[in-house]
Amino acid sequence: MSDTNSRIAEIVNGNDVVLFMKGTPLFPQCGFSSRAIAILDHLGVDYASVDVLQDMEIRQGIKAFSDWPTIPQLYVKGEFVGGSDIMMEMFEAGELQQLMTEAEVKPAA
Amino acid sequence: MGMAADDIAAMIKAALPDAEVTITDLAGDGDHYAAHVVSAAFAGKSRVAQHQLVYRALGGRMGGELHALQLTTALPT
Repeated sequence: MSDTNSRIAEIVNGNDVVLFMKGTPLFPQCGFSSRAIAILDHLGVDYASVDVLQDMEIRQGIKAFSDWPTIPQLYVKGEFVGGSDIMMEMFEAGELQQLMTEAEVKPAA
Repeated sequence: MGMAADDIAAMIKAALPDAEVTITDLAGDGDHYAAHVVSAAFAGKSRVAQHQLVYRALGGRMGGELHALQLTTALPT
């Protein structure tokens, strides 16, 4: 468990923007993950993604990591931002773009 | 599988008695819901903390038998 936690912490701290999701950005395996990817693509930011379906430890561990029961989960600069509902609310309010700008996130290559 | 809309609303209200809960069955299949929860308990809390309050009210069902619940939270106006 603590091993999984440190693996997750490493991923979260090693990437400015990282989405834990089901599937990949090209082939999301769940509607909520698909929506999260659409938002990130629309923002045009550079992001990493982790397919939790490929790693059962991370799939379970990520839920405890942020006391958040569902996937996808977005992290920016090591901070948990939210799941797809919060991403959508923040996106519609212009807050997600603002967060990315303030965090000086790189644009997508 | 799945939960009835009334059960979801009842669990949220048990934890947040002042809550106004609106549940929409998105696909008509008793499995994909949207919940809008309005409660004074959300005052001063981040969006993440507001959603965590609701998830806690659902007692671990979120992500399990309730796999597809779109959630929005708001303060009473």
